[in-house]
Amino acid sequence: MLLNYSQPLELNKLTSRIDAALHAALPDYWAVTIELVLVGILIIATYALLAVVLIYVERKITAFFQARIGPNRVGKYGIFQTVADVTKILIKEIIHINRIDKFLFYTAPFFIIVASILTFGAIPFGQGLQAVDFNIGVLYVISVSSLGIIGVLLAGWSSNNKYSMIGAMRSGAQFVSYELSAGIALMTIVVLSGTMQLSTMVESQRYCWNIFNGHISALVAFVIYLISGHAETNRGPFDLPEAESELTAGYHTEYSGLQFGFFYLAEYLNMFIIASIGATVFLGGWMPLQIAGWESFNQLMWFIPSYLWFFGKVALLIFFSLWVRWSFPRLRIDQLLNLEWKYLLPINLVNLLVMVILVLTGLTLTDIFY
Amino acid sequence: MRSFSEYLNDLFSGIRSLLTGLSITWKELWTKKVTRQYPENRGTLVISERFRAELKMPHDENNEHACTACGICQMNCPNGTINVISRTTETADGKKKKELDRYVYNLGTCTFCNLCVITCPSDAIVFSNNFENATFTRDKLVKQLNMEGSKMREKKPIKKVENEAEKGIQTA
Repeated sequence: MLLNYSQPLELNKLTSRIDAALHAALPDYWAVTIELVLVGILIIATYALLAVVLIYVERKITAFFQARIGPNRVGKYGIFQTVADVTKILIKEIIHINRIDKFLFYTAPFFIIVASILTFGAIPFGQGLQAVDFNIGVLYVISVSSLGIIGVLLAGWSSNNKYSMIGAMRSGAQFVSYELSAGIALMTIVVLSGTMQLSTMVESQRYCWNIFNGHISALVAFVIYLISGHAETNRGPFDLPEAESELTAGYHTEYSGLQFGFFYLAEYLNMFIIASIGATVFLGGWMPLQIAGWESFNQLMWFIPSYLWFFGKVALLIFFSLWVRWSFPRLRIDQLLNLEWKYLLPINLVNLLVMVILVLTGLTLTDIFY
Repeated sequence: MRSFSEYLNDLFSGIRSLLTGLSITWKELWTKKVTRQYPENRGTLVISERFRAELKMPHDENNEHACTACGICQMNCPNGTINVISRTTETADGKKKKELDRYVYNLGTCTFCNLCVITCPSDAIVFSNNFENATFTRDKLVKQLNMEGSKMREKKPIKKVENEAEKGIQTA
């Protein structure tokens, strides 16, 4: 009962009230249809809004790393810079290129953006703020996010441009390799928490985040997940598919206007998605900081709404991603594949085994202390 | 076994070097930002003394300059930026004398090579620090450097005529 008062800013009460009102006023199927449409609109709106915010944040932090100020002219501290950029990209002409594979060329951006949005829907943003909650959530996220590579390959193939093609092939090699690592790293945690459903996973991390619960093994898995996550988003030191000095812009060289905007949007949102899956699986998702036994402290922590906890943790990981991006030089393609197949994959497989042993012998933190 | 220890060594030295890189960028994140916000910092802007922004002909308080209209600057100019237009006048004792009528300088074609200033025998022209020369039309870039009704100074000054910035430093 106390929880009702201690969570004044939680959104799940609002959503359940809307749900109740709709069901009272309309027949069930209409209510469900309207809810589905509403959720869809909300997800797409959040998606676009987050992209605008992320681009601004990225530009600012990048500037700080390079001892610059960054955007500071449009609005106070340049906060409307990305709004202006988005407006520009929306009204730009889509340039038609000769001798391209028209159908594939125009569908490629949609593959990328749809894969990205599908993954986005499965993220638990807060208490009761999750659109898709399968019992195989982790598997769903991995499989759906890897659909994006089809878009990249199509874009490179259909552009009739050798730079696009090379960029897309590099991206394909990179994505297929690192998907493996990311998947196994997540599987390590699935072994630990015994569920693939993201909501139960968050719930199970109430008193002990997975990264602490599985100590050594979970930490290694977290690091590997971050590395392969950065590689999957084609960012950071792994941005060789769009290495500007070699390939102009990689697979989206020939795209312009809103089509380019789709690629750009998906790139930034993939960064967010990787960070939020990492936060959900390793860092306790939207769950506020809870310490077993400290009841009043726990109550206090609940005053900060769960979505703020979620975005805080994600922001931390995104900052880390930017930090890495501006620290390390770009890898060559052979170094990239070396890193994955000779280092990450063997370590990952051993790590998975270690985790299984930890869980079976009861050496996780929760087993030891509770 | 040796190769396995090498593998591990490789791995950990790699991780260590990555962490060193991260710590360096972390320090860099908190350094003072070097961006100068130009239109706002006009008051504190420091332009190097020898920066060549625009050709000027210094006039003293009697509206007199040092140009003898010899045309050496015009001859030395590699791209015809300077056009010295002279006129001949008669002095009181009936001598004919060449005098500067208009000193036309086209900022738009100037490459700021400084040859005119170097070769001027009477130090009549200098490069000033005024770099805000943007205009909306090209013909505004063509400027007349000698002021209206100015005359040539009778004697060659002993000291070199300074531009305004130098004067400011001397008084300060």
